[in-house]
This record gives sequence, structure tokens and C-alpha cells, in this order.
Amino acid sequence: MTVERDAELASRLAADLTAGFEAMVLAYQHRLCAFALAMSGEPADAEEVAQDTFLRAHAALRRYSADRIRELKLNAWLHQIALNVFRNRVRRRSLRLVPMEPELPVADTTPGPEARALSRAALRELANLVSGLPEQQRSAVVLRCVQGMTYAEVAAQLEQPEGTVKSNVHRGLQALRRRAGWLSEVS
Amino acid sequence: MDLLEKDLRDLGRVRAPEGFADRVLVAVGIVPGGVDAYAELETPVGVLAVAWNADGVSAVRLARAGDDFERWFGARLGRRAVRVARPPDRLVGQIEDALAGRSPRLRFDLGGLSAFEREVLRKTLEIPRGEVRPYAWVAREIGRPRAVRAVGTALGHNPIPVLIPCHRVVRSDGALGEYSMGGTELKREMLSHEGVDAAWLEELAAAGTRYVGSRTTHVFCLPTCRHARRIQAHNRVPLRDEREAARAGFRPCSRCRPALVS
Repeated sequence: MTVERDAELASRLAADLTAGFEAMVLAYQHRLCAFALAMSGEPADAEEVAQDTFLRAHAALRRYSADRIRELKLNAWLHQIALNVFRNRVRRRSLRLVPMEPELPVADTTPGPEARALSRAALRELANLVSGLPEQQRSAVVLRCVQGMTYAEVAAQLEQPEGTVKSNVHRGLQALRRRAGWLSEVS
Repeated sequence: MDLLEKDLRDLGRVRAPEGFADRVLVAVGIVPGGVDAYAELETPVGVLAVAWNADGVSAVRLARAGDDFERWFGARLGRRAVRVARPPDRLVGQIEDALAGRSPRLRFDLGGLSAFEREVLRKTLEIPRGEVRPYAWVAREIGRPRAVRAVGTALGHNPIPVLIPCHRVVRSDGALGEYSMGGTELKREMLSHEGVDAAWLEELAAAGTRYVGSRTTHVFCLPTCRHARRIQAHNRVPLRDEREAARAGFRPCSRCRPALVS
């Protein structure tokens, strides 16, 4: 998600909340579902977290002035809400808004030069492993390696020094390699 | 970048489940294209499932135990309906107004219907609360005087009963006729709720009276027309048909238009 695209979305939101929100959901749905899946490891929980994130975002946008909306850095802002949803989450099934299909989100199969698409089962297994990391390592690994943020962005997002983030990512990846036996497959 | 990091990247390319964006938008009260939202509302005539989209209300159905509204909606309109807790406040207000007989500002999505069906339903919307019109009246008003049976069929397929008041269209012989939402008894109940005495209409018809005229204004009306109800008993003239009315020097009421103005 580019900064220019975010700025354009933010100004659309400021001008027309309904149309802008629809555009924002379409632009960010996959990204936030992927984030929630890596954080929670459970497809059904992931959809719930992602949906709750958008609902909270909508409630906040309704309160914000147009000026404040235009200033929003949407990518960081939405991830922040998702992180909060995740942290405050009480595991209560009754909080569900809409019944959801407990199915793993489908991986984007856009073929790239180094394409080696993981199977659904492997993706699910990987999400499960990631979600089993301690909170500090998990957030750092997911934001950096799954969501592709820079270390500086992750540090700002988590309000931690960059060195701490780097060491959490490093330790998180090591733990994953140990658990999954990926070390032997390093290419 | 090693394999693990590539695989983590893959995890970031996971896509949202089918229908995810629709569910989010409906949950915040925005109805996206291709999907209708619906909610169940308690009304004086029972619990109604009301569906709507950006073009307006698209379907109404009596919520009965065991009735699967979503399945019915899909089969009937070929789209998906997603349930929400409550329609937007503005729509609730408009539905309340329509049910109370206040000038309805409701918009309707009649997209899946034929031009003829749309004309029939638009005409039906003009019938005020507390009044009824014969099927033949609707047919004549839309310029298809011979299509009485087709009017009945179109009203029988009304996807938006109650809000488009097809229960206010009755047979010329005084019988109430069929009702799309469920039987003649329900039709009688709904009309009675609106202040129409179906038994009285049946008596009039049995006595051969289709219109009532006023001795003072020399205007004749359909019996439930607001103007007809204002005629004092000693000035009321029961009339069998248009010809009798014309012979006696009555002209048709411009409000209920009981006959073509000749």
C-alpha cells in the first residue's frame, strides 16, 4: 500500500465517508485479513478481528473531523486498530457480529519469478506457528516479514526502539526455524 | 531471503474470505452493489423481513417460523441478502411513515420486474390508506382496461407487499380477492387495521351497489373514497354502474376516478 494511495483514500474518506469507507475496505481487506490470520493463527478468529478492526475504524471516522481524516496515515492507523483489537480481545464467541465461514482465506496465487505457493494446509500451519510466538516477537515478525513494513515503520508502530524490533524479529525467526525445521531448507 | 521469509511473505498475500468486504460494509450500514441487506421489523401487521439496497426497498415478506428469507430472496431476486441488526434510521422512519399512511417517501427497487408489473405497482402506491380500488380500476388507470387478470397476477407477484399496498386492490364484485402475502383472511385483517370495513363492502356489492353519489354535488365515488364517506346519509345515492350514474346526472369524482371522465 503506497503512501500516495493512502493519501488519496484519506482525502476520499474526508470528502465522503460512505464512498471512501467502501474504497478503503476494498483496498485493505486482504492486507488486514492476512495480518489477523498471522497474528491469530485461526481463520475464523482472523476474520472476526479483521471485521472488528474495520467496524472500529468506521466508528472512529464518524467522530473525526475532515481535517483529521485527511491527515491519517491509513496503513499505520489500521494496523494500530487491529493490534488493539487483538490485544483487547476476549475470547467470547457471543461477540460475533455475523456468522462466518471458518475457512482459510485463499492465498493470492499471482505467479512471481520465485513463486512457490504454499498449500492451504502449509499456510495454515505457518500461521499457527507464528501465532504461537511470544507477543513481542510475534508482532515484530508479522509486521516486518508478513506485512513487509520496514524496521523503522515497525518501530514506530510498536513504539519501540528499532534495535529492540530487530532483535525481536531475529529471535522470532530463529524460534520459527527451530520449530518448523526450516533451517535445513535455507536456499 | 531464506525459505522461511519467503513463506512468511506468502502468508502476507493471503486474501480475505469470499464476501468479507460485503459483510463489513453491511455491518456498518453501507449496502454494497450486488447484495441487499435485510432486517426483521416488528410492525402492527406482524414481524416483517424487509430487504433493501442502494435503490430502495427490494422485498418484504412475513417472517414465519421456519421460513428461510435468504433462500426465498435468492430464488426470487437472484441476489444475496445479508441480515443486519437494524436498517439505517432514515429507512426505519420512512417505513414507519408508510405503515402509518403518511405520505410515503420510500423508494423501491423494482428492477427485476416487467414494465407492466412496475406500472401496476406504481399505480397501487397511489391508493390511500383506508381506501380500496378494484383490479379493473388499476387496469383502466394504467391504460390497459382489458388486462384485469394480468393486473391480478402482477399484484399476486408483488415482491414488496404491505409497503406497496396490493391489499388495497379488491375484486369489483365486492370480494376481497387473493393476497400475495398470505390468504384472504390476512388481507381482511390488514384492511380492517387501516379502517376499511370489508363486511360493509361485501354488503354493498351484494346489494348491487358499486358507487355512491351525492345529491348535493352530483358527484359519484367509489364507496371507500374519502369524499364518499363525507356524504351525509340523506344525500347518499347508491349506484349500480357508470351508466346509471350518468343517466342520473352524476359525474365521476376526480379524486377516486370511479370511471373515465367522458
